[in-house]
Amino acid sequence: MTSPRRTVQGLAVTLLVVGVAAPFLPKWAGFLVTIAIAKALVALGLLLLMRTGLVSFGQGLYFAIGAYSAGVGAETLKITDAVPMVLLGALAAGLVAAVVGVLLARYRTIFFAMLSLAFSMILYGLLVKSSALGSTDGFNVAARTVFGLDPAGPIGRFGIYGLAALVAFLGAVGVDRYLRTHLGRLAPAIKDNELRVEYMGASVRNVVHLHLVIAAVLAGAGGALTALAVGHVDPETAYWTTSGEFVFVAILSGTSSVAAPFAGALILELLRSFAYEHAPNTWQLVMGSVMLAVILFLPEGLWSVFRRRRKATP
Amino acid sequence: MSAILQTTGLTRTFGAVTAANALDVSIEAGSVVGLIGGNGAGKTTFINLVTGYLKPTSGKVHFDGLDITGQPPRLITRLGLCRSFQIPQVFDSLTAYENLLVGLGIVSLGRKAFVGSALGRQAPEAVAEEMLQRFRLGPYRDQLASTLPEGVRKLLDIAMALAVKPRILLLDEPTSGVSADEKFTLMDLVLEAIRAEGVTVLFVEHDMDVVRRYVQRILAFYEGRIIADGDPAEVMAHPDVRRYVVGEAPRGGEGSC
Repeated sequence: MTSPRRTVQGLAVTLLVVGVAAPFLPKWAGFLVTIAIAKALVALGLLLLMRTGLVSFGQGLYFAIGAYSAGVGAETLKITDAVPMVLLGALAAGLVAAVVGVLLARYRTIFFAMLSLAFSMILYGLLVKSSALGSTDGFNVAARTVFGLDPAGPIGRFGIYGLAALVAFLGAVGVDRYLRTHLGRLAPAIKDNELRVEYMGASVRNVVHLHLVIAAVLAGAGGALTALAVGHVDPETAYWTTSGEFVFVAILSGTSSVAAPFAGALILELLRSFAYEHAPNTWQLVMGSVMLAVILFLPEGLWSVFRRRRKATP
Repeated sequence: MSAILQTTGLTRTFGAVTAANALDVSIEAGSVVGLIGGNGAGKTTFINLVTGYLKPTSGKVHFDGLDITGQPPRLITRLGLCRSFQIPQVFDSLTAYENLLVGLGIVSLGRKAFVGSALGRQAPEAVAEEMLQRFRLGPYRDQLASTLPEGVRKLLDIAMALAVKPRILLLDEPTSGVSADEKFTLMDLVLEAIRAEGVTVLFVEHDMDVVRRYVQRILAFYEGRIIADGDPAEVMAHPDVRRYVVGEAPRGGEGSC
């Protein structure tokens, strides 16, 4: 692990670059980066779970809860600003994880993965049947202001993009800091040897439960940001392919750095855009091939490129 | 002296096998007790039952007057009843230092939940460094546990059990997998480290030289029962112990192997 200060510095510089670049980016690129950040937040939560030894195939559950809560909350609570909408999405997702986590925290390996998938599919089924929430069509979500600014104005038009970058920065720094605490250090310990953790006086189930909630909060924020960027939510957000994509990002990125999911998600979005443009009928084939190449040549994810190079230099 | 650990009618069956058969054991505070017996005699089962890894089929376990029967290992650990493992249970992907830090970190997170800890007023990081020195693990500080030699893993495993300031330490075959000339060094080191604290020690051991040297009392196990209990010399001279544990041929009888 790199030193905490270097991680924060690196992330701060990235945040600055992303912020300064904003006015110069074409609209599509700004949108692409926003979506990549939103998905990376979900993958960041997966990073925490994977460090704890768990892979969730159901993060779509929290992603969807975040997206729908931002929309429904804005409607019912008369929230008009994007910031509280994202907070609401994160909070709602965290609450859902606190409840389903009671059951999920008891399971490991494939059982955990499948149970998390099952929960997300239950939500998908409910959303599809809820006419009040637009059934399969979903509904539109829009924030009238971002940080109190008009999204149509000269600064406000970068609002969601800037908000996403800020949430990403806070999320990455937060997770990095957390992993260095006594509690966070239990993640790799649980992955290695649950029995020993219990025999040292800690409750593995409680730690796993907490990590589920943290991952859900991140996924909820990602979902809310996606809803705001796209301006629309639909049940697809809870569908298993969406969850699969998050796992794709997490594996593509690797778990060695909190910055990895952001790099991974950006590469994935770029790749998809180009694959879609140049091979509209076979883009999945391109994506699959890339995944295969990563697993074969970089089994610890894209970020391991940096580590290998660092190891090679004396 | 009063009993710190007491089991009454402690029984555990696995199908047709009775691994612990109505064990009535009373351990006095501050004593060093050796648990001997052949493979499958029920020594580890006894430790697993006492520390909550296994739930007894029947019977009770009292620790310092408190009924801890069926409590999970983490609660029993917090009370100061700690154990090491026959096969070292360390965190393979972490360094020796981090392994200790995980344990000390848990204690520092829940100071109130633990009866005592190795921490005192110090930070976990400082205590981890100090423990590395005390257990002569300094040279291995930044080495991943998965790459450590077996004897060092064993020592690390025991050191981890001491992150919580135990009142009873149960060592499951502390010297198995350790070379013959290092056995005494290891035991000296461990007992030295805890001597000042008046910790009660129970350890499972196959090497009778090790047992004789350190214990004040021996419990001899055979087929889930205790066949002899008492002073080391007496227990070692007991005919059943000679026959079933030491593996000596009964006088005038047929060869035992």
